[in-house]
Amino acid sequence: MSIIDSLMLTLPELVLTGAALILMLVAAFAGDRATRLINAGAIAALIGATLVLGREGVGFDGLYTADAFSNFTKPLIYLAAGVSILLSTRFFAAEERLRAEYSVLILLATIGMGMMVSASNLLTLYVGLEMQSLAAYVLASFMRKDARSAEAGLKYFVLGALASGILLYGISLLYGFSGTIDYHGVAKGLADGVNMGELFGIVFVLAGLSFKIAAVPFHMWTPDVYEGAPTPVTAYFGTAPKVAAVALLVRVSIEAMGSAVESWQQILIFTSLASIILGAVGAIGQTNIKRLLAYSSINNVGFVLVGLAAGTEAGVAATLTYMVIYVLMTLGSFACVLQMRTADGVHVEDIQSLSGLSRRQPALAAAFAIFMFSLAGIPPLLGFWAKFVVFDAAVAAGLMPLAAIGIAASTIGAFYYLKIVKIMYFDEPAEAYHPVTSYVESGVIALTAVAVSPIGYLAIPMLGAATAVAAKALF
Amino acid sequence: MIQTFAFCLFAAVVILSGALTILSRNPVHSVLWLILAFFNAAGLMVLVGAEFIAMLLVIVYVGAVAVLFLFVVMMLDIDFAELRSGFVRYGFFGLLIALILAGELIIATGAWSAGAIELANRTAPISADLSNIEAMGALIYSKYLYVFEAAGLVLLVALIGAIVLTHRERRDVRPQNISEQVKRRPQDAVRNINQPIGQGVDL
Repeated sequence: MSIIDSLMLTLPELVLTGAALILMLVAAFAGDRATRLINAGAIAALIGATLVLGREGVGFDGLYTADAFSNFTKPLIYLAAGVSILLSTRFFAAEERLRAEYSVLILLATIGMGMMVSASNLLTLYVGLEMQSLAAYVLASFMRKDARSAEAGLKYFVLGALASGILLYGISLLYGFSGTIDYHGVAKGLADGVNMGELFGIVFVLAGLSFKIAAVPFHMWTPDVYEGAPTPVTAYFGTAPKVAAVALLVRVSIEAMGSAVESWQQILIFTSLASIILGAVGAIGQTNIKRLLAYSSINNVGFVLVGLAAGTEAGVAATLTYMVIYVLMTLGSFACVLQMRTADGVHVEDIQSLSGLSRRQPALAAAFAIFMFSLAGIPPLLGFWAKFVVFDAAVAAGLMPLAAIGIAASTIGAFYYLKIVKIMYFDEPAEAYHPVTSYVESGVIALTAVAVSPIGYLAIPMLGAATAVAAKALF
Repeated sequence: MIQTFAFCLFAAVVILSGALTILSRNPVHSVLWLILAFFNAAGLMVLVGAEFIAMLLVIVYVGAVAVLFLFVVMMLDIDFAELRSGFVRYGFFGLLIALILAGELIIATGAWSAGAIELANRTAPISADLSNIEAMGALIYSKYLYVFEAAGLVLLVALIGAIVLTHRERRDVRPQNISEQVKRRPQDAVRNINQPIGQGVDL
């Protein structure tokens, strides 16, 4: 494959890179006044990158793979990135001031995530992951006058650097013992039995990646970072990087370590169960809505890993289905959180301030309730289907105990989701919120609420077919 | 013959400047001796045919790291007398670390003389007819071009991030605005007042 063909495969990333560089120049010359224009340009670039997706093949001598799997996950990442840009404008204008670099950093992180999803070489994996992480550290402390935001960025940076070190150590072990950094080469090296060095390599790589997807026992940073980061950034952290890191984990597990399933399956079973239980239990005592959603994301990652732990094609397809539905629910919930502001327009994060929302703003309360019910996995809503497919895949793969404990633990999670619904519908009304002013935000809430409502089940056959094709590409 | 002479020269200067790095009283002199040691180590690397590492030593260590050291030493107010104190207290640990390093060196040379480690399938086999720099260049700019360019983007992200987090517009300074000054006319700037006696000036 010639270099031109390889470059054409990476066209989505090239479009985003070109747009990021041009928008950075616009930001440098026009300053923060051009923020709205730059945001529009960034969204146009994300749409453009989605439109040029579709080529399939292996480029750059095995460094980059574009296949049905990457073509399925990338639009999801672009959607999450685009929505977090849309949600940012009103928030930053109200909180501090609009800053032009926000959407440029989001675009650069998105390029890194595209690399992560398409990586078929441990080197591409690492560079993509670093690009995404570096931009994320900056975004976490984007409101630098806010002490909590600065703290979030610092914590994320220190722990993220540690995780990168662990990941790199694992990669170096895999490289040392298999002699190559190509996924298929590593798989060949693992096929003739896993020796001690290779096993350590697998464990360290999985530990490093568990940090990036915030799975227990590498979840400690999540509540603090989610709470401290500006809310649009938190919405972004909860969706796009999580999709990218999960997709990366799926591809590494199946393509590079697929010949040694039994050596990583038990690790994933442990992390998934620990994440489900700790995510559920940890959320119960929270009084801050962003911290609660952070624990909810840990809990959800546990369910995602149930699908992957199955190690089968159906399991990977279930993981992808879960991620799609999870992204919709999370974006909707954070768009609702952005509406929590006092009459003077100051954003609040206290759960008690939601009291009696149903009598103050019935539409907002109904949307919030839909997201909470859906996250809890209550049947008529789409969140139930997501949990159903992962457990179905786990049972089909013979992991009956994992599925049983997971379902039992998901009822603990239902408690705190339902607590929010109870506060909104049955408590005495608290001080009124500022009315919803942004059409963009109410549009995001309405669209995601419709998508996770029972109407969303109409899309299930299409989603099922698309995830099956995407999962098939890995096996 | 000339090789032996060059080796002895470089090796002797490395050891001498290494010793002087530790022994000199003035920390700025220490850093300068360290730079000399780096240069001579680069010479040793050229002698064994590792010209790429030699260039790295000069560019990275002398050009960046040592100059950074020099900046730190000259700009920060460090009490070097206090740093030097407690020799007896830390002497034991220093000796322990030195012993561990010496042991590792002996094991490494032993393993090296026992033969090279054979990897099952090498990603980039070493070709005999290419120099180090050519081989590295061929890998970085052709096979790993994609990752190389991406690394450039990572640096750009770091650059933007540093500016976003630290740059601030200062409003308490008054920069000179030359066009404003040139445009100023006497009638805008000068007032003639008939000041009454016994009253304050009304500005």
